Amino acid sequence: MINLAGRDIQHAWGKFIFTGVGLGLLIGVTLTMAGVYRGMVDDAMVLLDNSAADLWVVQKDTLGPYAEPSSVQDDLYRGLLGMPGVARAANVTYLTMQVRQGERDVRAMVVGVVPGDLGQPGQPRYLVDGRHISRSHYEAVADVTAGFSLGDRLRIRRNDYTVVGLTRRMVSSGGDPMVFIPLKDAQEAQFLKDNDALVQQRRRTAANPAFNRPEVPGLLDAVIASQSANPHVNAVLVQIKPGHTPDEVAGPIRRWKRLQVYTRAEMQEILIGKLIATSARQIGMFLVILAIVSAAIVAFIIYTLTLGKIREIAVLKLIGTRNRTIAGMILQQAVGLGVLGFVVGKIAATFWAGIFPKYVLLLPGDAVRGIVAVVVMCALASLLAIHAALKVDPAEAIGG
Amino acid sequence: MHDTGIRVEKLRKRYGKGDTAVDALKGVDMQVSPGEVVGLIGPSGSGKTTMLKCLGAVIEPTDGRMTLGDEVIYDNGWRIKDLRALRRDKIGFVFQAPYLIPFLDVTDNVALLPMLAGRSNADSRKRAMELLDALDVGHRARAMPSQLSGGEQQRVSIARALVNHPPVILADEPTAPLDSVRALAVIRILNQMARQYETAIIVVTHDEKIIPTFKRIYHIRDGHTHEEAGEGRTFE
Repeated sequence: MINLAGRDIQHAWGKFIFTGVGLGLLIGVTLTMAGVYRGMVDDAMVLLDNSAADLWVVQKDTLGPYAEPSSVQDDLYRGLLGMPGVARAANVTYLTMQVRQGERDVRAMVVGVVPGDLGQPGQPRYLVDGRHISRSHYEAVADVTAGFSLGDRLRIRRNDYTVVGLTRRMVSSGGDPMVFIPLKDAQEAQFLKDNDALVQQRRRTAANPAFNRPEVPGLLDAVIASQSANPHVNAVLVQIKPGHTPDEVAGPIRRWKRLQVYTRAEMQEILIGKLIATSARQIGMFLVILAIVSAAIVAFIIYTLTLGKIREIAVLKLIGTRNRTIAGMILQQAVGLGVLGFVVGKIAATFWAGIFPKYVLLLPGDAVRGIVAVVVMCALASLLAIHAALKVDPAEAIGG
Repeated sequence: MHDTGIRVEKLRKRYGKGDTAVDALKGVDMQVSPGEVVGLIGPSGSGKTTMLKCLGAVIEPTDGRMTLGDEVIYDNGWRIKDLRALRRDKIGFVFQAPYLIPFLDVTDNVALLPMLAGRSNADSRKRAMELLDALDVGHRARAMPSQLSGGEQQRVSIARALVNHPPVILADEPTAPLDSVRALAVIRILNQMARQYETAIIVVTHDEKIIPTFKRIYHIRDGHTHEEAGEGRTFE
């Protein structure tokens, strides 16, 4: 038996190809939106992976350093190192800000990490060029997407930093590239006041008789020094010893240190379930609308193509063609159009995903789900056209 | 070889119900023998198209009896079950416009019917080629319908009507778009094929050019048929 759908496509291949390409671009946008969502989730997961932490110790009653401001003392890590099951503990600060390089600036997440002692949680896990931070001040390691090169000079607040290393896929949950600097510099940058504010603060302190007591020399200087220093960090990242579970290590820290401790699973829930949830729903809505629009367009195209063949369908029915043969022809064409559209869309999405400013992750699993959805969508969309074709009266071929 | 061609007795067709009912056919009789070509003529609204649709098993008559070859198709409200298969196997259609399937080439336009009837592709194409050769369009076998002239298209549609060797062919204004020469050529082909394949052919027409060629003519007027002898002119 002749494949009627195939012959029809072969006969009007130009129309079919152009329609498929048009549909494909729409499917490409849909796949890209899915990729944008996956990229957001992956950015969040990468943030957790790259911290190399098993536990996040943060200020009590806060959601931790990524979702809410958190401040803990910078000597807390010493006490944590003495807790059962703790292998390593390191201070870390996170600060999203504009990093200047000459005339341009880059939105980045500045991460303060303990320099040296490689393998400490929070440090960049691997470099693609250069070296790790080895000095306590004015060195930086940047993600390549920030656009910096080795030796570049960056300005963060009032200090200049030299890029000594480059890393890859070190981004915030919002997709901003990370710039790692020494912890002390980051602490200073986080609460750095301008000069006028410092002068005003010193004047006020000196004017306070409680701090400026003639009978206690050096008190005023000590108070001013304590006001100028920042002894806080955003979190302490903890790695646990083999043989311990995160929950059994987290329990005593919560109890004895009166701090909030999150395991990796809990932090993942905060990042994905809370931090990017609204964006994910936004993209999800967009995906649903795109899918509906795509289905409507496929239905419209197939319906229009079928209406253009009403006379041929009437003749086919008159000469004894089964309804299922005609329905099969329309269904095959709809599915063929969908498959062509998917291939075009997949190629287009793969091509343009690389030029998006944020990470777009096109997963093979999403592609499989996509092709299944497209085939189902096209099959459903063809029902309208099949209904119209089956309603065609073979008598239409006779007598006009 | 078909023994009895097509026979219609007291065929009636009523559209609508009650006060708005219209009797399009009011008990028509017709009999066409194998190998015979008859004309069915009448003014607009006389019931020609309704008659053709009933004969073509496209619509069901309200009443009356119709036999095709040895098979009873309708009998006073009863009808055979599978009208689609009947149209495929026992009735050939030739339309005013050829209505070839535009995305199939000439051979497959003709071979499609036997394929639909379950014959193999090779056998179907062989039968199609025999007919196309007989109708002198074999040399255009691989052409698409859009590449054929109007006369060639009509010959291909005749081949399509004949390919399953049906006992009856219904031709609906087959010469309307053609000039005299081509119209007479189509009628000559129909006569030739009717004789060669022992097929009864009913030609519904308004075409004054071809009416003198019929040996028998059924006039249809106000839902009734009147049979009369035609001139039966030859056109060698």
